[in-house]
Order: sequence, then structure tokens, then C-alpha cells
Amino acid sequence: MSETQLIFQLSHPGRSATSQAPKALAEDKLSAIPAHLRRKEKPGLPEVSEMQVVRHYTNLSAKNFAIDKQFYPLGSCTMKYNPRGANRAAMLPGFLNRHPLAPESHSQGFLSCMFELQNFLKEVTGMKGVSLAPMAGAQGEFAGVAMIRAYHDARGDDQRTEILIPNAAHGTNPATAVMCGYKVREVPVGPDGDVDLEALKAACGPQTAGLMMTNPSTCGVFERQIEDIAKAVHEAGGLLYYDGANLNAILGKVRPGDMGFDVIHMNLHKTFATPHGGGGPGAGPVGVSERLLPYLPTPMAGQRDDGSYHWIDTDTLDTSIGHLSAFMGNAGVLLRAYFYARSLGREGMIRVGEFSTLAANYLLKRLEAVGCTAAYPDRRASHEFILTFAKEAKELGVTAMDIAKRLLDYNQHAPTTYFPLLVPECFLIEPTETESKEALDEFVEAMAAILEEARNEPDRVKEAPFTQPVRRLDDVKAARELDLTWSE
Amino acid sequence: MSEIPAELRYAASHEWAKVEDGVATVGISDHAQDAMGDLVYVELPEVGQVVAAGDETGVVESVKAASDIYSPVSGEIVEINEALEDEPELVNNVPYEGGWLFKVQLTDEGELDNLLTADQYQAQIDSE
Repeated sequence: MSETQLIFQLSHPGRSATSQAPKALAEDKLSAIPAHLRRKEKPGLPEVSEMQVVRHYTNLSAKNFAIDKQFYPLGSCTMKYNPRGANRAAMLPGFLNRHPLAPESHSQGFLSCMFELQNFLKEVTGMKGVSLAPMAGAQGEFAGVAMIRAYHDARGDDQRTEILIPNAAHGTNPATAVMCGYKVREVPVGPDGDVDLEALKAACGPQTAGLMMTNPSTCGVFERQIEDIAKAVHEAGGLLYYDGANLNAILGKVRPGDMGFDVIHMNLHKTFATPHGGGGPGAGPVGVSERLLPYLPTPMAGQRDDGSYHWIDTDTLDTSIGHLSAFMGNAGVLLRAYFYARSLGREGMIRVGEFSTLAANYLLKRLEAVGCTAAYPDRRASHEFILTFAKEAKELGVTAMDIAKRLLDYNQHAPTTYFPLLVPECFLIEPTETESKEALDEFVEAMAAILEEARNEPDRVKEAPFTQPVRRLDDVKAARELDLTWSE
Repeated sequence: MSEIPAELRYAASHEWAKVEDGVATVGISDHAQDAMGDLVYVELPEVGQVVAAGDETGVVESVKAASDIYSPVSGEIVEINEALEDEPELVNNVPYEGGWLFKVQLTDEGELDNLLTADQYQAQIDSE
């Protein structure tokens, strides 16, 4: 087992990496900073050579489990391959060197990309308007529910205090509702993964501001009664919010706008293959139906009659919920999504939905055949599906977490574990459309081997991993005694 | 097998209640703590808060899940287990003793009849 030193522990006085050193600040610039705002001591930076820096971080990166190295079937996260071409296009000097405050006349290329991206997203989701402003999925959700609130407020409809959320929803949904000042009322999901429609109807009323749902849901199945659900919520005067986490499954096939949703956020960093993991940056554009158009967050890209592009801001859209950041979204991420959409085209979008669903259903059937238990065996999977290891936990003492850790030894990244909460000892598996049949088969073989071990030599599974840089980490201690700072 | 003391009453959502002199002590069952795994954080209600049976009155969080706590009875919160702030593991180690969560001054002792007996709770767990 190799212990990795921190870069600080490699420090030696006097060593430096000239290429990475900041330029010395001229005294006249320094004197512009008031004395009381200048630091008294030098910052505690490591003193290391360029070679040490390169080697240190290259060695660290070699320890990564990553989509570039391994199958990475994290359900509910759509960890698909991010095409290098989209990356290259977004790195063109004209984009990289553009200043966000540059005049519109100097940003026509960028603005045209953003305008077209808004239109692509409108078309693929069936919504009437799209704003690219939200910086991430969570901010997209916030913007979405803030628009629902703005809509009710504008009508003087202030008795609406509740947001309905099925318990198969993403955990962020209730958090968003509460952040926007609403109470959350949970709606149960039946044993087949569909919403309990009678319970939903009973929960709807004059206090209903809206319903937030993910479709396909976190159960990995498509909600078959969505039209009845939309009708019930709309009849009560509420609006429907679509969490775009699982948009990958229906891309090019079904549109949230056609299902009756009033507002949707899309995770471009999932569905449109822009890099994520490790904290972003993300992009969470929002799309809306006709009645929420006045409230879209700004700025947005617009086109004049003469074909030139411009920013639409609160000076012309004063009903907007306003800005969500200093500028508009994460420009680089939006550009990658734009090139991804352009290179796929309409036909390609349809194939994303088809192949992600095909891959999930192939993997589910093969895993069932080697002895895995599906949580919803009677349902066709969407782009992801749930296995439960409740039987193994009870009979063999081998938990979902043990199997997840053992997968690392088989060079497979573990799927999402223990989510959604309503299925005990579960894996949520999403292979995505970018995996080959061979990669899926390798995962099945690894799972078959692990189940065999669980029956014959359970300690191999319970004590895994054996081949990683570290053995099993004490995540309880890490959570109870969180310590993120380094000090000498 | 998880422990289910016969003298306590249970909610379907896995809380237990023990009543003495009109005050119910509330915690989560041994089965619930076992299903959650090692707890890392417990959020408790405030003393003085008035709650109805079924109201959310806290959260228990482990490394794999966070789960709401619902008061099994109605009344006023008269005491909370402050030791859990530093030692959430008490809920795992001694769920029916030092790992209690809060105490409720009951408004209606008759509500206890709505809760499950130890046998009924055992039957619920077996059917899950």
C-alpha cells in the first residue's frame, strides 16, 4: 500500500517553480492596497520544484477512478463520456479570451451559440422559453421554484404554501422547495414505482403551489400516469416542475412540455456530456411553459430583426426573477453543451435516448440472469435501474456497500449505493449510451464473481477492497470528526 | 435479531415511546438504528415546541442516509437529549436507554392506543 505525502510535506526552503510563480507586484500597485488589508505574514505555501509538482499531481491523478479509465455506472448522475471534440471547440482562443463585459458587437459569435443552444433546448424539451443563466442543477431548481412563486405572487394567489413531492424524487427537490419558502408534502409511490394517484389527488388543494417530480423517477422507471398527474395538479391551480436529472432516458423521444410540465431544469453536465464530478462547474438551464415566460432569469441571448444578437436583461424584462450570478451561467460549460448538441443533431439526440435505455435494459436482464435481484422486476428500466441486495445482507451478512467496495478490486467503479432510500441495500445503476457491449459484459462478469464469493468466501467481499491505494476508509469517523485543513 | 422491549409502544415509522407520569420518552428502535448504520448527526426539536402525532421532530443522519423522525404522540417537547450532539453513537449503542431523543408532555394519553405493541411491531418488521 502506498502512502501519499501531501505537497506541503515535500516542501524545502528555497525551492521554487519559476514557471508557476506569480509575477512580483510593483511597489506602486502594492501601495494602492490599504495597509490594514495587506497580510502580515507570508502565506503558508509549499516550496517545491516544478518537477516535484508535476510528479506529485501526475501520481495522484493515476490513482483516480474515472470515466476515462473505468466503467462508471453512477445512477442518477449520468456519468457519460464527454467528447474531446466539444472540449476542443470550447477552448478556441476567441471563446477563451472573450471578456464577459465586452460589448455585444465583440461577442456576436458567442451570443449566436447561446441563442442557438436556447433554441435546441426549447425544441428537445418542448418548452416555450429557455434561460441558460443557472450555474448548476441546484440553482436551476431554485430558479424554477422561484418562478412558480413569482407566478402565484403576480396573481395575488398567496394561499399556496405547499409543494408536493413524490418520495421517489431527488433529495434536492424538497430542499429546493424549502429554500423557496414552501412546505413539502410527500406523496407515496406504489410497489410498481408509479405515484399513488389517489393519494396525490387527495393531497391536491388550494394550498398546492406545485408538484416537483423526476420522470423517469429515481426508481428508474417512467411514470406512466403523468398525464393524469398533470391534470390533477393543474386542476388544483398548481404548476408542474420537472427535475431534468433523468432527461437522458427520454432525449429525442418524449418531451416534458408535452407531458404538461410548466418548468424544467436540465443538467447539461449530465445529459449534454459536459464534465462533472468533483464539484462542477455545472450548468442548469431552465425551460418554461407559456405562462412562466415573463419570469425567466436573466440575462438571456436574444436576436434582433437584423439578425444580430444581444443580451436580454431586466431593463426590458422587469418581471424576471433576475440574475443568478454576476454574468450568465458557466460560459465554457454551455459552449461544450452547444457543440455536443450540434454534433449529435436531431437524429443523434434520438439515439442517445434509445441507446441509454437499451444499455440499461440489457445490463438489467443479464444481471438478473447471474442472480441479482431487481427492485422492480416487472418494469422495463429507463436509462437506469435498481438492484437490491437485501437478501444477501440478511442471509450472508454481505451488504450493498461490501459489494460496491469489492467491485473496485474488479476495476469497476461502484454504482450509486443506498439511493433511493426507499429500496433497502440498493444499487442504482446507469450505464449510459457511451458504453460498449463488451464493457457491460465485463461488469456482469464481475458481479457474478462477487456474488459467488459472497456465498463461498464472504470475507473476501466484506473486507474489500484489497487492490486500491487504501483499504476501507472510516467514513463514520470522517463525518463525525470532519477535518479539512492542513496545518504544520 | 433486533431487540424490541415488550413494555414500549412503537410507531410504524420506527420510533418507540415509553410513558411515565404523563411524559413520553421517545427514541428510535434497535431495528431502525441497525438499518441506518452508524449515526453521525442527530437533529432534535426545541424544548417548548408543540407537536402533533406524526409531525416531523428531527432528523437522524448516517453515512448512507438521512431519515426524518416523527413524534409518535402529541404534546409539548419538555426535554431533549443533549448528549447526542457530541455522541450520536449512543443511538446505535443503547437505543432504548442513553440513546433516547426527546420527551413529550402528553396532551392525550389515549393516543398511545394508536401505537403498535411490541408483537405488532415485530410483525411489521418481519413483513418488510
